[in-house]
Amino acid sequence: MNALELNGIKKTFGSTDVLHGIDLTVEDGEFVIFVGPSGCGKSTLLRIIAGLEDASSGTVKIAGQPVNTTPPAKRGIAMVFQSYALYPHLTVKGNMSLAMKQEGAAKSEIEDRVGVASKMLGLDPLLERRPAELSGGQRQRVAIGRAVVRKPKLFLFDEPLSNLDAALRVNTRLEIARLHRELSATMVYVTHDQVEAMTLADKIVVMNAGRIEQIGSPMDLYNRPANMFVAGFIGSPQMNFLDAAALGETSAKTIGVRPEHVSVSPTSGDLSCDVVHIEQLGADTNLYLRNEKVGLLTARLFGEHYFAPDSRVFVSFDRTKQHRFDAEGKAIV
Amino acid sequence: MSTARSSLTRTIASHAILIAYTLLALFPVFVIVVNAFKARRDIFNDPLALPNPESFSLVGFETVTSQGNFLLYFQNSLIVTIASLFCVLLFGAMAAFALSEYRFKFNPLMGLYLALGIMIPIRLGTVAILQMMVATGLVNTHTALILVYTAQGLPLAIFILSEFMRTVSDDLKNAGRIDGLSEYKIFFTLVLPLVRPAMATVAVFTMIPIWNDLWFPLILAPAESTKTVTLGAQVFIGQFVTNWNAVLAALTLAIIPVLVLYLIFSRQLIRGITSGAVK
Repeated sequence: MNALELNGIKKTFGSTDVLHGIDLTVEDGEFVIFVGPSGCGKSTLLRIIAGLEDASSGTVKIAGQPVNTTPPAKRGIAMVFQSYALYPHLTVKGNMSLAMKQEGAAKSEIEDRVGVASKMLGLDPLLERRPAELSGGQRQRVAIGRAVVRKPKLFLFDEPLSNLDAALRVNTRLEIARLHRELSATMVYVTHDQVEAMTLADKIVVMNAGRIEQIGSPMDLYNRPANMFVAGFIGSPQMNFLDAAALGETSAKTIGVRPEHVSVSPTSGDLSCDVVHIEQLGADTNLYLRNEKVGLLTARLFGEHYFAPDSRVFVSFDRTKQHRFDAEGKAIV
Repeated sequence: MSTARSSLTRTIASHAILIAYTLLALFPVFVIVVNAFKARRDIFNDPLALPNPESFSLVGFETVTSQGNFLLYFQNSLIVTIASLFCVLLFGAMAAFALSEYRFKFNPLMGLYLALGIMIPIRLGTVAILQMMVATGLVNTHTALILVYTAQGLPLAIFILSEFMRTVSDDLKNAGRIDGLSEYKIFFTLVLPLVRPAMATVAVFTMIPIWNDLWFPLILAPAESTKTVTLGAQVFIGQFVTNWNAVLAALTLAIIPVLVLYLIFSRQLIRGITSGAVK
């Protein structure tokens, strides 16, 4: 059975259309990530799934049941927020048990479930503390624990890592991945960070301006982007888009080449370029180059390399890995 | 070095101004309290002198406690002030929550309408209010005063509180909704504690004008059983003779309850006024 089904979800605020008809199915146990630039409607869509916002039209089904008119608490969902949203007046334990208390669960059952969740997330020593006495990472773990306790049919994450620093972000990401394996729960996750999307998702939904651009596994999107938006959004540094005419190609309007599929040689190659800037990261090196005909392009080389800025180099492209796009930006297969 | 000195001079200057203002503001209070403890002749001989063993006299307080029904007046004032305060805070916070939380048609218009009362003094409507009170038979009841004061306090309360409520995190309220809390519970257990400083600010600004008001008690509830302290003190002010000892003693006593309430709220009040200004 599908854990979540969206049919023709539309949302308008006043006269602005935020979502233009979203159709999506999420299977049981799947980890689905909505990714897209700010303002693309991904958070609004998540809030519609949660029931915090009403869809202007369309239906939301959770575990086969239409829930359009069901209040958030009765939808069998749990949500983790970017700002943690812990109840400041309750202890960690109180925070984790509140939802079950509201449902009227037995005390012993609440104890059990809180115990299991706190063990899973290493929260045992923090149970009697209040949110103000916790660090950011601990707060987010409590927020995740609060969701786990409810045993929801659907976990919703709204940019849960955005408020954490880089090291904590990696740790918490691993924690969420482990949680997904252990609970084999269905998770819907919203982020603007493509690294999170690529590392966590079974299925990525790329959104732009209220529409779904492409749905697929991380490697699908990387290897077979459906259009220039997806091609540019997935992968870092961004894919190079080169004018096909300048390269002497006639079968397409634009040629897309990922920086990692560009090879650079000081002596010979397809295009001669000037080095504009070089970024050495140790494990890899990013080269920013300029060619008179095709303009700026980026090359990503593995390992340590050095080319002096303003020196001349030659680049060649891996023909088997280049992407071709038509005048409308759609991929030509 | 130079910055340290300039900040010192600035500190001295700002403190000098604040101290001067404090003295100015407290001077009338000081005169009232000091003279309340003096005999009548000494009040007029040297109004600014502190009471000494010769001039010290409690005759004013004796008159107040023996003559008027002052305990009752105090009780009336307290009932009216506290009940009005409660209504203003409760209904003000609820309206502010609705205005800041829910999207509905005419929301901005409603906000403007509710804030309009800040600009229009309620006393302009005295005649109409009196007619209404007469028609509903509420003249000479506490209810009349409580209703009027609630109406008087609401605009400012809604205005201040709705601004503060906008700052309460949406995620927190949504987390409550997902966990199955009712809107009332979200309001009372999540939002109200977070806007407590603003509530204290509103409480003080609402309470003092109500306690000090003479106008509405005089018009709506002048009966002996519903007289408030400020109105009660007027019995000692006569057309030809004024019992200054008694008037000053009554006013001195009237300061106490409002001072106590102020002290209760003041810690929160300072947080409310400086929040936003000081991170």
